Amino acid sequence: MVKSRPFSFSKVMLVLGLLFLYLPMVVLIVYSFNASRLVSVWAGFSTHWYGELFRDQQILSAVWMSLKIAFYSASMAVCLGTLCAFVMTRFKRIRGRTLLSSMVSAPLVMPEVITGLSLLLLFVQMAQTIGWPVDRGMATIWIAHTTFCSAYVAVVVSARLREVDRSIEEAAMDLGCTPLKTFFVITLPVIAPALVSGWLLAFTLSLDDLVIASFVSGPGATTLPMVVFSSVRMGVSPKINALAALIILAVSLIAFIAWYLMWRAEKRRQGEA
Amino acid sequence: MANKLMPAPLMERVRAVVFHRRVVFGIPFLWLLLFFLLPFALVLKISFSSAVMAIPPYEPVFTFVDNTFSVMVNFSNYLFLLSDSLYIAAYWGSVKIAFIATLVCLLIGYPMAYAMARASARMQLVLLLMVMLPSWTSFLIRVYAWMGILGNQGLLNNLLMWLGAINEPLKMLNTNFAVVLGIAYAYLPFMVLPIYTNLVKLDVRLLEAASDLGCRSLTTFWAITLPLSRAGIVAGSMLVFIPAVGEFVIPELLGGPDTLMIGKVLWEEFFNNRDWPVASSLAIVMLALLLIPIVLFHRLQAREMEKDG
Repeated sequence: MVKSRPFSFSKVMLVLGLLFLYLPMVVLIVYSFNASRLVSVWAGFSTHWYGELFRDQQILSAVWMSLKIAFYSASMAVCLGTLCAFVMTRFKRIRGRTLLSSMVSAPLVMPEVITGLSLLLLFVQMAQTIGWPVDRGMATIWIAHTTFCSAYVAVVVSARLREVDRSIEEAAMDLGCTPLKTFFVITLPVIAPALVSGWLLAFTLSLDDLVIASFVSGPGATTLPMVVFSSVRMGVSPKINALAALIILAVSLIAFIAWYLMWRAEKRRQGEA
Repeated sequence: MANKLMPAPLMERVRAVVFHRRVVFGIPFLWLLLFFLLPFALVLKISFSSAVMAIPPYEPVFTFVDNTFSVMVNFSNYLFLLSDSLYIAAYWGSVKIAFIATLVCLLIGYPMAYAMARASARMQLVLLLMVMLPSWTSFLIRVYAWMGILGNQGLLNNLLMWLGAINEPLKMLNTNFAVVLGIAYAYLPFMVLPIYTNLVKLDVRLLEAASDLGCRSLTTFWAITLPLSRAGIVAGSMLVFIPAVGEFVIPELLGGPDTLMIGKVLWEEFFNNRDWPVASSLAIVMLALLLIPIVLFHRLQAREMEKDG
């Protein structure tokens, strides 16, 4: 290894960069316990705003709506994304493959306003031609989220598929396994961790989306980001600070558990070797 | 011909394999064709239409009356975009702000990725998690955090006044500065990760060889590390620049009345003015501007995905 100094420029930048990433979130958490309604004045410690938050019916029903949509979108995106990943890593010479791979990677960088607008126009056109969807709402948000989340799942899963040892699959096929059975018995268990992380990624992406959901949603379906956005537009609100603190806490907890499981798996692997 | 070469059961299996391949390919292909490609065709179509007070609020482009099929294409929306300086200013503003924010991300993100790639294996896992964690929490809430920090009565102004650096609050919120800061903050993980993945694969023997041959570390960096991490830099920059050009939430929450960005203009055209054809043509022009960066990104992505092992 090339010699590395204890205080190199890059290490200082890493620490500063992480501070830049985390300080605003720490500020949010601290101010969520502020008794005052004003952000600038610290009026003592209070959990008043958390109580307020849990009495807000609009926020609670939006949370439930967002969780439902995120669950369904992530599940469907894992199915579609895995199929895409399979085509891109295993089917080298199928017709239409280039088009598929462009359509998969494009949503990764497509500006959200364009995706949202285009899907809304599609749903309006569909309602005119085939009579569905009559009302935009959960189903249309589910379709929109599934489409853009599949792209992320495909990236995660194809990275894992490329590392899989093909010889075991080939052995199973040689011994008379059908491709379908080979997939479920051999390939699926091996790529399971990638499916889990793809699902979690899709879940958080769907939970977080404001722009696309605003375009394709109807009056019946209001997701959490839509409620937060309309409240935040008016200025800083302590209730949203409390909500933010809870979201940051939940994500950190899940990330810590994921890290612990990965760390344990790594340790076990090292123990075996 | 295959029948003569293969016994019947084997033929059966080949058929099964072909059928499975078609299904595996067909499902995602049809889904994306319907929900990704077709919508763009519709945007293109409606951008040639004109707005009317109806549901949906645009004139049909293709009409089929008395057995005659007629196409009404009108370029008035595009001419309108060219004639009104607001839209040109908005495109220019978006590209400028996105470019500066990408540069800021690169200047902060590259050294971060470099330090991460040099850390011990266990530390790398922790650092990776720390960089990714913010991007899993709500994007909206992370942008919102800056509203409380940058405001006239906000934390930063109070801190600076307490330190005696300034006498009256600096106007930071609702300026282009706040928008650049917000974009750089929100998209920094997307810059760090591709560069890190690239640097971690860098062959250390090249650096050792350079050092053995008497290269100073800074020269080694410019001659070897930087050129070899080009793919990571390009991928990271595209992941920041392209969404930043179309960004709506950040200019809406942190920007001011003089912050002109195309995502915000499109949103207002669609939701406030209900002019769907103009919103569609704005989207088409934005897409045309982003075509080169998107194709560049796609090439990299495809190469990455097709690589074996």
